Amino acid sequence: MDQRHDAPHIDPHTGIATTGHEWDGIRELNTPLPRWWLGIFYASILWSIGYWVVYPAWPLLTDTTRGVIGYASRADISADMAQLKAQRAVQAAGMADATPAQIKADPTLFQIAMAQGKAAFGDNCAACHGVGGAGAKGYPNLNDDDWLWGGSLDAIQQTITHGIRVAGNDETRVSQMPAFGRDGMLKRDEINAVANHVRELAGLSTEPKANLALGRKLFADNCAACHGEAGKGNAEMGAPNLTDAISLYGMDMASLTETITNSRNGVMPAWGGRLDATTIKALTVYVHSLGGGQ
Amino acid sequence: MLIAAACVLPLIVIAALTENSGYAFHAMLGVLASAAAVILIANRCFDGSVPVEPQEIDGKPNYNMGPVKFATVAAMVWGIAGFTVGLLIASQLAFPVLNFDLPWINFGRMRPLHTSAVIFAFGGNVLIGTSFYVVQRTCRARLAGILSPWFVVLGYNFFIVIAGTGYLLGITQGKEYAEPEWYADLWLTVVWVVYLLVFLGTVMKRREPHIYVANWFYLGFILTIAVLHIGNNVAVPVSLLSPRSYGLWSGVQDAMFQWWYGHNAVGFFLTAGFLAIMYYFVPKRAERPIYSYRLSIIHFWALIFIYIWAGPHHLHYTALPDWAQTLGMTFSIMLWMPSWGGMINGIMTLSGAWDRLRTDPVLRMMVVSLAFYGMSTFEGPLMSIKAVNGLSHYTDWTIGHVHSGALGWVAYISFGAIYCLVPWLWNRKGLYSLKLVSWHFWISTLGIVFYITAMWVSGILQGLMWRAYTSLGFLEYSFIETVAAMHPFYVIRAMGGALFLIGALIMAFNLWMTVRSESAAEMPRSDEAPAPLAMAV
Repeated sequence: MDQRHDAPHIDPHTGIATTGHEWDGIRELNTPLPRWWLGIFYASILWSIGYWVVYPAWPLLTDTTRGVIGYASRADISADMAQLKAQRAVQAAGMADATPAQIKADPTLFQIAMAQGKAAFGDNCAACHGVGGAGAKGYPNLNDDDWLWGGSLDAIQQTITHGIRVAGNDETRVSQMPAFGRDGMLKRDEINAVANHVRELAGLSTEPKANLALGRKLFADNCAACHGEAGKGNAEMGAPNLTDAISLYGMDMASLTETITNSRNGVMPAWGGRLDATTIKALTVYVHSLGGGQ
Repeated sequence: MLIAAACVLPLIVIAALTENSGYAFHAMLGVLASAAAVILIANRCFDGSVPVEPQEIDGKPNYNMGPVKFATVAAMVWGIAGFTVGLLIASQLAFPVLNFDLPWINFGRMRPLHTSAVIFAFGGNVLIGTSFYVVQRTCRARLAGILSPWFVVLGYNFFIVIAGTGYLLGITQGKEYAEPEWYADLWLTVVWVVYLLVFLGTVMKRREPHIYVANWFYLGFILTIAVLHIGNNVAVPVSLLSPRSYGLWSGVQDAMFQWWYGHNAVGFFLTAGFLAIMYYFVPKRAERPIYSYRLSIIHFWALIFIYIWAGPHHLHYTALPDWAQTLGMTFSIMLWMPSWGGMINGIMTLSGAWDRLRTDPVLRMMVVSLAFYGMSTFEGPLMSIKAVNGLSHYTDWTIGHVHSGALGWVAYISFGAIYCLVPWLWNRKGLYSLKLVSWHFWISTLGIVFYITAMWVSGILQGLMWRAYTSLGFLEYSFIETVAAMHPFYVIRAMGGALFLIGALIMAFNLWMTVRSESAAEMPRSDEAPAPLAMAV
């Protein structure tokens, strides 16, 4: 601390003079600016000036400098989009007038539909049905051959276009299973009997104390109108087949009790207003070919 | 005291009348803080046994280190909290089930809690603490003001509490890195102006002919943050009884203001402020003169002048006009060398003391921080180039870039400074264990490497997957497929974060033992610790 404010002296290690200042024991060497540092700094400034000449850069009173090549990012993206559209238009020329069945039969159109369908599926359908269409609880698996509303090309196209239980859409798929418990149509023990009977239909184990006879009778009275006497379901009404092990909301007693008590009424959007007709056709073919098309 | 007393009643009224329970909670915190201030100040005034501290004792400056100690401890506490929340949100990204469907620990609330805790709570306390230390030592003057230095550290930490609890309760204005609502912003403005006055007052009564370069950087940081904070946060509250407000800016102007603020928070908070730390602690620890006085002047002014223009590079290919994007990008390129000036000056200061890197892990930490600083300030201009940005923007590459700067540069230079400060402040001969510093260094360096390499790979992968088209002109991957592809990298990133947190815990233990044990531990050189300070705590 006693050598504060000393005159500049030569640092013995570097041989360079200090500035003569000292703060809390810290001195500073008077090393010149590294030349490579200064060189790159000047080069970056020159490069920037060049860039300003070429591209829109500085604001003026009512406009900005435009740059000598007339670049505009908006024009750039428009050109890119137009190019993509043109490429797709050539490919889609055949798709516009073809039905899904014709597309499926034509190898070239089929290949395009599958590529377009996969992209559209990933962006619009995968959120619920999963990337591979494997579904989840409440969202049907599209890979199997168990269809709620039919698995033909026409049925799939109809479902995608108008959705399921979409308010305000006249052609949407509608079915409404009653909420037997909530609306007081069946009592708790009756619901238990029906649920056990449904498990019996599917070949699953039933509870030891289950009143299967009551379940059978109640099923015939309340459920068979839609699900059929044997519980085979009816795709016309969106009534699921109860005899297979595939189920949208689960076949365990708790899930069945919940379904019978409160009903489910899941919803799928109508894509007709959101996607163009060609995309929906491509999606139809794509979903149909996932594994279970009829 | 009168001001604090005057605050009590209106805050009680607000707490009673507001319909927002979070806001009422904040008003009650305000009541408690004001009441505590009134009692403490009154005690001090009426108790004659507390004299005003003299400016000098025996001709030596009587430094005021109490607020520095407080800020140092607060920095460590907030730092560990912030790193922990970071680890939580990294794990939530890898395993979404960790959100537990609870609003308070949902990713959306935890993320701003993490960023604010590490930047403003940890970084802010390091900056305030070191600036109060450095400005006193390099000006040979006691901090200006009697109560005001304490007002700055306590007031700032009160702001942190309001901001952090606000996020948890769902109070936010939704601006990245500027989430606190209008009343917290107003409070911070008051605290910050007092901070500026304390700092300036100390510089003005200095007993050195010149102002040391670290103090230029601190002053640049304090002044610019004040301007940025006010510019980005001007808003009209819905009412005095509501925590909500409407910002003055809207649309693309709001976006521009936001990133002018956001980028310069990086520039002036996380760069200029921490360069100030570097300019004091590196030469002090290495016991070598600063490499180049001229470079420090040139790169200071170049950095200050150029940084403020670079914000628009956060808005490439958006509704922001092309000319603004051009300026943002070109000024970012020109910023490359001014940024590197600090790295050169720091690293070259070691010439003549390179051997110390083998024996002193604290110095090693600070030098590695400069290397990370150099890497991030090269990567930044690179990513600001529009063609590169087209790939990198919105991907994890940005997260990796931020963390190579935040963990590698900001945290490491802070750790180095705190390792120096604690023995100095508590009058210990050295740290409890240099070996533990070494463990901290290697564990956290491994963590940083895990973190940034995972984010580089996942970011570039993500960018390439987003833009991949099939030969038929359709997107190759759906968005959800890119999310699924990120999973392994998110797991690696969380592991890196865990290592970094473990390192910080080792550090906290080491510092705790340093303060507790009176006996001196191993030190690289016996003359390292400065002469005992005449401390008034």
